[in-house]
Amino acid sequence: MEILGKTNIDFIGKRNIAFVISSIISIIGIIGIIQIGRGAANMGIDFSGGTAMQLKFSKPFSIADARVALHKHGIAKADLQEIKDGNMLLVKMAGAAVGKQSEMVQTSFKKEFADNPFTVESSTEIGPSIGDKLRKDTMIAVAVSLLGIILYIAWRFDLKFGIGATISTLHDVLTMVAVFYLLNKEINLLFITAVLTIAGYSLTDTVVIFDRIRENLHKNLKGAMHNIFNSSINEVLSRTIITSLTTFLAAASLFIFGGEVIHDFSLALLIGIGVATYSSVFVASPIVVILENRALAKAGTSA
Amino acid sequence: MPKGTGWRFSLIGMFILLSFLFLTPTLVAKLPGWWGGVFPQDKIHLGLDLQGGTHLVMEVDTQKAVEGSLELVATDLEDTLNTKNLRFKRIARSGADKVILVLYEKGTADAVQKILKDKYPSYEQSPTFDEGGFIALTLRMNEKDAQDRKDKAVQQALETIRNRIDQFGVSEPTIQREGINHIVVQLPGIKDPQRAIELIGRTARLDFKMVREDISPTSGVIPEDAELLKEKTVDPATGAVSEIPIVVQKKSMITGDLLTDAQVRIDSQFNQPYVGIEFNSLGAKLFDQVTAANVGKRFAIVLDNNIHSAPVIRERISGGSAQISGNFTEKTAADLAIVLRAGALPAPVKIIQNVTVGPSLGQDSISKGLYAGLIGVLLVVVFMAIYYKLSGLVADLGMVLNILYLMGALAALGATLTLPGIAAIVLLVGMSVDSNVIIFERIRDELKLGKMPKAALDAGYDKAFLTIMDSHVTTLITAAALFQFGTGPVKGFAVSLSLGIIINLFTSLVGTKVIMDFFLHKGTVKKMSI
Repeated sequence: MEILGKTNIDFIGKRNIAFVISSIISIIGIIGIIQIGRGAANMGIDFSGGTAMQLKFSKPFSIADARVALHKHGIAKADLQEIKDGNMLLVKMAGAAVGKQSEMVQTSFKKEFADNPFTVESSTEIGPSIGDKLRKDTMIAVAVSLLGIILYIAWRFDLKFGIGATISTLHDVLTMVAVFYLLNKEINLLFITAVLTIAGYSLTDTVVIFDRIRENLHKNLKGAMHNIFNSSINEVLSRTIITSLTTFLAAASLFIFGGEVIHDFSLALLIGIGVATYSSVFVASPIVVILENRALAKAGTSA
Repeated sequence: MPKGTGWRFSLIGMFILLSFLFLTPTLVAKLPGWWGGVFPQDKIHLGLDLQGGTHLVMEVDTQKAVEGSLELVATDLEDTLNTKNLRFKRIARSGADKVILVLYEKGTADAVQKILKDKYPSYEQSPTFDEGGFIALTLRMNEKDAQDRKDKAVQQALETIRNRIDQFGVSEPTIQREGINHIVVQLPGIKDPQRAIELIGRTARLDFKMVREDISPTSGVIPEDAELLKEKTVDPATGAVSEIPIVVQKKSMITGDLLTDAQVRIDSQFNQPYVGIEFNSLGAKLFDQVTAANVGKRFAIVLDNNIHSAPVIRERISGGSAQISGNFTEKTAADLAIVLRAGALPAPVKIIQNVTVGPSLGQDSISKGLYAGLIGVLLVVVFMAIYYKLSGLVADLGMVLNILYLMGALAALGATLTLPGIAAIVLLVGMSVDSNVIIFERIRDELKLGKMPKAALDAGYDKAFLTIMDSHVTTLITAAALFQFGTGPVKGFAVSLSLGIIINLFTSLVGTKVIMDFFLHKGTVKKMSI
């Protein structure tokens, strides 16, 4: 079976449209990163420090009552979220000392919701010093892995391909941040894990295409850059789509059936897998075309 | 059988056997007796997010340990100078790393300097200077000693915490040092995390100090050798807490270091629990002396700078045992006995991270994770079988092998499976067939060029090899970065991912290849199911 027969789509020709779209998304992503740096985005407590609790009540409750109950006991700033399935309440509070907040939340509900007993399904308290360290470690991890990838690709292909692969990887990372920022999803350690995973994964597609381009460049040095790239992408298009599709299927199953804890994580993976496929065709390859053409023009004028 | 397939099949078979061997302790609830010595014991542990439990990161306030040492030096110098009849105005810790001695005369200063040199050679002595008309000098702990002291404090704290947890009774706890002054404690499956946290985090410094009845707690003027502490009492009926200020002598008569044992006992008269303590020989002697000299006076039992109780000494107590009573429930008495037995922490600890997961949430996560995994596998298997027909089934077989090997490897390493770890495995299901997709598409290319299946197969694997290597290496790079910086669940993800990727190289390049070779080896097969 084949999804696509022989295709002949002018991918490189559409680069201007792609660049405009990608630039806009990337700019949003950069804004998102700046906001994360300032702590203005929806930061998970693993970065900002604070308390997160998941409570399971025995009867349905209203979120407004819960807020009032916390207010009465001096917890003014808490982010409350209800999970309808199973009378669960998520409470998130930023800052403050470890050990105090979770106790305060429990006493307030014990008093105010006396007829609705609850159990603490999970509670996470993180001191600010840990959050700071984690933020630093994360930056280093992201930088180290991106640098590792650039060096590897530059070594396996050449610098022009290395640049193309790096920009498209960066683009994927920025897109994931942009989407999470726009959806106001929590930026936490699991999100960063997803981002780094995609940073590694997105290269699979790029490498498949680059390999074919290099092969065709060796075979045919006379054809126009533009055409060699286009035909290479078309030749490997079906495998680009299928490799993404299988991983997408697995991630989608996590997204739909994996439960609350990894819901956002699998969403990030889904976005990443999708955008990685797009960028290997519409970002990585056109950039290499531009760089190659520029190099050729230079060689032409100097000769 | 075609040439060269024999050893590859044996290798695959051997790995399957090994995987099952390593997985046995994980899968079988109770291993038979003969399994013991020879066969592997390690199993896949469930992370705290899956089995429920508490993960704590504690920071040891190491500076306090240094200050404590300096205070000991100050006390020791006071005693020394007193016995030598050298008069001094004040000896105390000053700042973070110094002891200051304030003396009356130049003559004493010379003698003191000599004593200091003999007694504390590693400390730096300052020249004498004038302080408000008196002669003063400081003794400074050098940088290296301070570092050693801090390091030792963390080590001691770790030991003490381990002792406490052992006595509290938690199965398979993990207690380890992280970085310079952090201690990580994991308590899987713990029922009452709050109680455990209080037990672990308590400094539990016990002091016996004389009450200074001559100074009024409300006067506001406390002499230098005394301090104002509070006695907390809780009304058992109303739960109201009241605090009574009491002035005590700063210097402890006896400290908790001199204890050999502490046990919960029940008062037969009032049916009230109390903690009975036993002193060692030095402690017993001191206790005997102190009680003999102070009959009719009050002394305070001070726990972490709070007065627990301040009873009147009715008679001389010899024999080396005493009791701490009042305001206990059986649990609080038991916990106090544990911390007294295990010893005080050398410095206060602060809990800077506390992640607690209830057992039902963990169970829920496992079942959902496994369910999602199963669906994911099913989707991929069906898709591959439809798209690549028989070859797709071969790829599916490779994927199953991949998962089996990965589980075996995780068991062999005694790795911890976390929820993100399960996610990584599910993700690998998708990624593991990717290699085969790349290979199969290559083969289709070759077939289109008119090659025979056998030739197309070999060319396909050859040409796809580098592509597959490249894509695996880049993913490995990020997995390594994740492993390096990640903690807990993320580390679990990185471990599963990197192992899976390495194993996938084997299953896709050797595993599926040998099956294909087996079917196509004759080279006469006309059509390939791909």
